[in-house]
Amino acid sequence: MSIDTSKVATSNSSAAIAKKPGRAGAVAEWADDRLGLATAMKKNLRKVFPDHWSFMLGEIALWSFVVLLLSGVFLTLWFNPSMGEVQYNGSYDALRGIHMSEAYASSLKLSFDVRGGLLMRQMHHWAAMIFIASMMIHLLRVYFTGAHRKPRELNWVIGCLLLLLGTLEGFTGYSLPDDLLSGTGIRAADGFMKSMPVVGSYMSFFLFGGEFPGESIIPRLYTVHVLLIPGLLLALIAAHMLLLVYHKHTQWAGPGRTEENVVGFPMLPVYAAKAGGFFFIVFGVIALMGGLLTLNPVWLYGPYDPSKVTAGSQPDWYMGWPDGALRIMPGLETHLFGHTLSWNVFLPIIVLPGLMFTILLLLPFVESWITGDKRDHHLLQRPRNAPTRTATMVALMTFYGLMWAAGGNDIIAILLDLSINQITYFMRVAVFVGPVIAFIITRRWCISLQRKDEEVLLHGYETGVIMRSPEGGYSERHLPVSESRAYTLTARDRDPDVTAPESTVDANGLEDPSSGRLSGLRQRLRTLMYADNVQPPTRQELEAAHHHADHDADHHADHHADHELESRDRDALPGGH
Amino acid sequence: MTDSHDTLPVPADRPIDDPGLPEHAWRPTDVDPAAEKRAERQVAGLFGLSMVCAVLFVVAYFSLDIGDNHTTFLGMGASTLALGAALGGTLLFFGIGIIQWARKLMGDHEIIEMRHPARSSDEDRAATLEALNLGLEESGIGRRKLVLFGIGGAGFFMLAPAVVLLRDLGPTPNQVAESGVEGAGLERTIWTKGMRVVRDVVGTPIRPADVEIGDLFNAEPAAIFEVDEEGHPLIEGVELQVAKSKGAVVLIRMDPEDNNPGPGRENWDVDGILCYSKICTHVGCPISLNERKTHHLLCPCHQSTFDLADAAKVVFGPAARPLPQLPLAVDEEGYLVAQSDFTEPVGPSYWERDSQADTSKIPGEGDSA
Repeated sequence: MSIDTSKVATSNSSAAIAKKPGRAGAVAEWADDRLGLATAMKKNLRKVFPDHWSFMLGEIALWSFVVLLLSGVFLTLWFNPSMGEVQYNGSYDALRGIHMSEAYASSLKLSFDVRGGLLMRQMHHWAAMIFIASMMIHLLRVYFTGAHRKPRELNWVIGCLLLLLGTLEGFTGYSLPDDLLSGTGIRAADGFMKSMPVVGSYMSFFLFGGEFPGESIIPRLYTVHVLLIPGLLLALIAAHMLLLVYHKHTQWAGPGRTEENVVGFPMLPVYAAKAGGFFFIVFGVIALMGGLLTLNPVWLYGPYDPSKVTAGSQPDWYMGWPDGALRIMPGLETHLFGHTLSWNVFLPIIVLPGLMFTILLLLPFVESWITGDKRDHHLLQRPRNAPTRTATMVALMTFYGLMWAAGGNDIIAILLDLSINQITYFMRVAVFVGPVIAFIITRRWCISLQRKDEEVLLHGYETGVIMRSPEGGYSERHLPVSESRAYTLTARDRDPDVTAPESTVDANGLEDPSSGRLSGLRQRLRTLMYADNVQPPTRQELEAAHHHADHDADHHADHHADHELESRDRDALPGGH
Repeated sequence: MTDSHDTLPVPADRPIDDPGLPEHAWRPTDVDPAAEKRAERQVAGLFGLSMVCAVLFVVAYFSLDIGDNHTTFLGMGASTLALGAALGGTLLFFGIGIIQWARKLMGDHEIIEMRHPARSSDEDRAATLEALNLGLEESGIGRRKLVLFGIGGAGFFMLAPAVVLLRDLGPTPNQVAESGVEGAGLERTIWTKGMRVVRDVVGTPIRPADVEIGDLFNAEPAAIFEVDEEGHPLIEGVELQVAKSKGAVVLIRMDPEDNNPGPGRENWDVDGILCYSKICTHVGCPISLNERKTHHLLCPCHQSTFDLADAAKVVFGPAARPLPQLPLAVDEEGYLVAQSDFTEPVGPSYWERDSQADTSKIPGEGDSA
């Protein structure tokens, strides 16, 4: 391409211009004289951030957290976290004259008598939904692309803690308005606590300041919600970001993008502008949702009354999956020596979430134990190139999804006109069988995609051009993919050869799995991890395939009248299949 | 850099050589002054729209009603709708403007930075390790076992004040049960012998004749509606909430032919009218979804289903115990009353619950029941 680059705009000038500092420079000098920031800033102002749409997911989580802080501070100016009883005299007709807690009354006041109050309440709640959802999708992105591998395991752990704390923060938040729905949630939480062996009823009485519901739970949850958890979240987010900056962002393999470098736009100005602009977009979308989409209309539920409940009572969606476990668990209790152990509550709601969270935390460590891979990784893997890992997460997602669906078994029964009993029986089996099926399908699917990549590399892509041979046979013409695409497809490590472990450290620097305790299990898992994976072709294989294609083309050419056309295309390595 | 750990691993031989970064492609705004000018106007225009929306926000704030007129537009708060749309516009146009600026006008040369391993260099590691060892050595912690045990023990004991301080968060279950307040504690409710069963919202007593076969009443103990001479409720606030959270019941009249009372509970109904705790034995939701034909009662929270004609036994779902039954009688004026409190704890199970002690024996009746 010939472009007259003499006209290139000044913004793209790359020459280092030495001149007297402008106004920004003067401010920077003033600050550096006092803070000495220049040493730290000289590298970081132009720090490189690689670009990919999926790197935006964590950003959504970060920005929605900022929106949560801003809207949350606004709400605290009116919300009164007290369970003191008052008679409602605000402008919402349907509840006027009714006795309720001050917490609920001030939620109504925020919704009806403070301008912009309902907007802020709904923005706060929508931002919470988006915060948790984007953390989950960000977690999936990280895992599916292998970004949790060394040296980023600790950032994975921090991320998991953020998800756990975010969920608790959400629960404490939607419990505060003290409406009928949230009160029902707190009551269920009381039942959960009481199911714990030995300490259960004590924990309940301490938390509620006596017998349920008491008058302490809302003020206590308020402190947890506006001080304790946000403080922890802020600290962990800061650590998460610092580690991100220290490790530098991962990037996708491609021409010029290797394990040793990071290619992208500098923080100042492009990345700062894109990320900063994106904050306003996230904020703006949340504002539109808060204004246009009703969420948690607490005025319709009425004040909490421990003798009432609404049909279709459900927690916020992120608490749905343990609720589903609770619903499909058979009613088992053990009565022994004057004590009762409620397996039907304790297992699904106390043990299961703890177990799932532990599994999540350990995923990077278990993987590196199985593979023996202790190298640093900065290039991302496509999900298909780690079939067993991808299948593991899809199995976990299937478990989560089925549990979540079970948490809405009453809604599903009504919407689809099905028997709630049969849905529940089905789910009791499906949560065990579904993940296994999902694992097998995903793994084979990934391997098929790997085969497709190999096919494209060795034999070219399908052009859609149908050729007829002199014998009358028809075949589709294949053409080789571009060099940069071929490079991108092959820029991945070969998996270790699991069939023949010979030395303690193989060519790729991986430890021999046959050492240490549990070596048999480790070897079997390692075989499962890599078995049937398609390896990228070697240089020889590629050359052989291309030679074969050349030969085919020559062969055709000899028999063709349009010799000229064929030989011209030959330079582009036509495939003759 | 003699040690291989100081550098990132050299990648295994790739079958295709790295063609290197593709050449930078100039954007229209880089080479065409007209396009550049147009992009600049676009960006400024977006910032302008953001300003307009901010003004609209202020206008909407002061001109649109809230309070009594909150549902003036499609049933939504017009104020909330307008404020949300205007605020959304303010922020979105601003954000899109900045990103457009970055994409069209800012330099778009990708630059390359080299990575360094996360670990420190071997020299730094050795120096740090040396300093660490020296520090530990000088402290003598390795040699002085007594000090080591001392500091460990003291550190552990330091947890005691932190834990003990939380003790007064609430009374223990036993303290509540022995507080003397009527119906306090996990094992008792406010129901007593002779207390009327009243309608849950209005508090009026119920005659057996008021209840048709298949009817389900949500009912409460009369105590929570009682007032003193000046009309002030006797029970209010927390005490009221606690009383309701354990005392709520459902009344249902069963065709006597359908009903299969539990052992020892043959005299707990009044003309087929049965009374059960409304609090689910699973995690404590109030239950009230009644299926008239099957006399099944379903909990809306987790779908535990109880058969009211069979001593409220669990027929489906995660609950493990039947709903406790309240023995009924009729007082001199012909209204339904309780024969006693529940004979077992209501609500979810808990560790100290002695389920083998559940009984159908009404206290104070001797062995005749």
